[in-house]
Amino acid sequence: MATVASKLYSDDVSLLVLLLDTNPLFWSNTSTTFSQFLSHVLAFLNAVLGLNQLNQVVVIATGYCSCDYIYDSSLTLSGNSESGRTGMPALFASLLEKLEDFIVKDEELIKEQEHDERIASSLLSGSLSMALCYIQRVFRSGHLHPQPRILCLQGSPDGPEQYVAVMNSIFSAQRLMVPIDSCYIGTQNSAFLQQASYITSGVHHAPKQLDGLFQFLTTIFATDLHTRSFVQLPKPVGVDFRASCFCHKKTIDMGYVCSVCLSIFCEHHKKCSTCGSVFGQSKLDGASTVSEKKRKAPDS
Amino acid sequence: MSDWQVKYKSTVKDRGARGILKLREGMLLFVPNDPNSDSKLKVLTPNIKSQKYTKEGSNKPPWLNLTNKQARSHIFEFENYQDMHACRALITKALAKCEEEPNKPAAVLTSAEQLSIADLELRFKVLRENSELQRLHKEFVETKVLTEDEFWATRKKLLGKDSIRKSKQQVGLKSMMVSGIKPSTDGRTNRVTFNLTSEIIFQIFAEKPAVRQAFINYVPSKMTEKDFWTKYFRAEYLYSTKNTAVAAAEAAEDEELAVFLKPDEILAQEARQKIRRVDPTLDMEADQGDDYTHLMDHGIQRDGTMDVVEPQNGQFRRSLLQDLNRHAAVVLEGRNIDVDSEDTRSVAEALARVKQVSKADGETTKDANQERLARMSRVAEMEDLQAPQNFPLAPLSIKDPRDYFESQQGNVVNEPRGAGTLKRNVHEAYGSLKESILEIRTKGLSDPLIKPEVAFEVFRSLTQTISTAKNIIGKNPRESFLDRLPKSTRDEVLHHWTSIQELLKHFWSSYPITTTYLHTKAGKLKDAMSNSYSQLEAMKESVQSELRHQLSLLVRPMQQALDAAFQHYDADLQRRAAKSARGSAGEANGHWNYNKGVIIV
Repeated sequence: MATVASKLYSDDVSLLVLLLDTNPLFWSNTSTTFSQFLSHVLAFLNAVLGLNQLNQVVVIATGYCSCDYIYDSSLTLSGNSESGRTGMPALFASLLEKLEDFIVKDEELIKEQEHDERIASSLLSGSLSMALCYIQRVFRSGHLHPQPRILCLQGSPDGPEQYVAVMNSIFSAQRLMVPIDSCYIGTQNSAFLQQASYITSGVHHAPKQLDGLFQFLTTIFATDLHTRSFVQLPKPVGVDFRASCFCHKKTIDMGYVCSVCLSIFCEHHKKCSTCGSVFGQSKLDGASTVSEKKRKAPDS
Repeated sequence: MSDWQVKYKSTVKDRGARGILKLREGMLLFVPNDPNSDSKLKVLTPNIKSQKYTKEGSNKPPWLNLTNKQARSHIFEFENYQDMHACRALITKALAKCEEEPNKPAAVLTSAEQLSIADLELRFKVLRENSELQRLHKEFVETKVLTEDEFWATRKKLLGKDSIRKSKQQVGLKSMMVSGIKPSTDGRTNRVTFNLTSEIIFQIFAEKPAVRQAFINYVPSKMTEKDFWTKYFRAEYLYSTKNTAVAAAEAAEDEELAVFLKPDEILAQEARQKIRRVDPTLDMEADQGDDYTHLMDHGIQRDGTMDVVEPQNGQFRRSLLQDLNRHAAVVLEGRNIDVDSEDTRSVAEALARVKQVSKADGETTKDANQERLARMSRVAEMEDLQAPQNFPLAPLSIKDPRDYFESQQGNVVNEPRGAGTLKRNVHEAYGSLKESILEIRTKGLSDPLIKPEVAFEVFRSLTQTISTAKNIIGKNPRESFLDRLPKSTRDEVLHHWTSIQELLKHFWSSYPITTTYLHTKAGKLKDAMSNSYSQLEAMKESVQSELRHQLSLLVRPMQQALDAAFQHYDADLQRRAAKSARGSAGEANGHWNYNKGVIIV
């Protein structure tokens, strides 16, 4: 079995981890319905699995306040009792079932929370971490494994409170050499996704027409890592590198940076909240006291 | 200094113009009597190369022929020979004085060392090899913006590499053993000839201190050098014949020979002292093995054969091991004396002196011994027998990492929203999601999945995006903008970069301005920099429109650096002007104590 597998292993075997945005607050506000979106995505997954016999796909749903694994192509059994009932290909019946269960669970969780006064963002940091954990396990399974990459299908805006966690996951992905592709289908720009793709050398694209989403996905995001060296993929001209401050989670352009741990603050603090180092007097205060002293000297 | 009435001719055939020749400080002036003639002459004395004159005894008139450095000759006809000789003497004196002077002004002008011919050649070589450097040199030194010394001051590394070869290589000792040199034997006359050079003598003295001591003692008092060496080599020969009985017999009759045949006492003593000095807990400078004269060996002779010998002749036996060890020790020590002379005695004495010095250093006094013993006892402590030591402990402060994460969450500031409406929205949203999933489960994937026009549109827009991005960023992500510029512009940009760096380096190093020299230097550099700035502007204008934006981005850091330098220059100038104004005002008001440190702006 192992020898057969090694013979079939070519350069372009890939493991695609898809992070699906299931934020209800976003989907209730878009023109495309979730079902249309799902059909594009499912067809795309089918196409990816069809590219190579050994390709694997993992789907993680990014909910409003939780994330979970929805589908793992290496675990599904062939032959499903539900195949005859619907027009759905047998392959994805379990996916949809698990997705429904997940949404129900997510709803329960939001009921438990009192109120959530934050921007309607999905839990990107959580799903990125789960994806990276899965990939790390694949790396440790042996030296014969597919080349992993992460595809982030996101529509919700960025939640600045997740800045630190998202940046940490991006750097871990960079260290593991796993590219993070991102397809942003929302209205505003997503700085997190742009930065993620830029830092990990993935592809970022924000398609305008959502009814051609399948075409976008298969043209840009279905290429495996080996093929990317000779296929021209769209590159963004500029990247939005704005950070959010660590104290209020606001997106800022200019701020204060701790010289020990590089945490960013929007206003002057006496002490860094991350590493505990004490900041000295700022230059503006210092200059005024010195000039005070100078003015006093000639009088005495 | 003196004036003479002469006739000036430029060639021999010339008729000559009458006039007055004046010899002044540093020059020769000829003023013709006829103001209209144009044969006025002024010759600087340094320019005079040589002078010739007609002899008194000949029938020729008294002429003085001066040739200058441009090989032009001036002939002056004097009224009589006396005048001519006087003039000649004065010119000679002036010339002599002239030759001394060039050295002094040169020393004043170049504050650095005198450039030797070798240095100049080195500089030319470096310039020739590096065309970039040559270009910089041409641009700055030849337009007098920088002087030669300033230019090379920061490049000493380039010049210094070849020129410093002062340290001569120290030659070590040969590894070949002296005893390995076989003498030439003459079978017919039964004579054995040894060749002796100063190198061999040095090695013998270094390896065998007993021989050295014997030399100092016996020569020239008891025997000549030749005899000494004859005896020495007789001893060597006796060894090589392995005939210990003969050796013993000869030793008994000749006491000098006996010295060579006995084992080396001096060596043995040195080894014993070295061992005594060693701290067994710490110091591995020497150990029992150093006493190689008493080593147990296998009785192997120098040429590898075994030997069985009578005990009373044991002391006349040397072995390969001892010789090898001693030779190796000497070679490793190297040449520790600088005496290079042929005189054997001085070599011997020098070696003896060195040994004395090292022996004096090595001798241990009583106090030193005591200290050594105390140290040994301290070091040889056993840790488990020690008393428990209570070091002062610093408390650990480990923070709970959860505090950090929770504090991050707690500081979120957002617009408050009505909780109730939110919940309702959320429920609705979830409801619609669930409906969607149900829909797709029943209906399956939408058919057709995607309309062909839409797909075509997607392809078209993607192609456009990729091609426009290619135009802006470039085909190859690794290709830099510089490669897309035309070659001349690219070279110009790069040259500007290096020349601006050079100028800025010299500019910033001349601050703070303390002397007028630095002041003029800064001024000159500033002019050169404004020149560069305008050249950059011109270049930006000249380039094609689609490259202009990228080029200005590329050129911007250079311009910013130049702006900073200009700013500093102007600010400094203003400050000086203000200071001098204030200073002069302050001097007028006597009670103003002008102190540089208390300037109130």
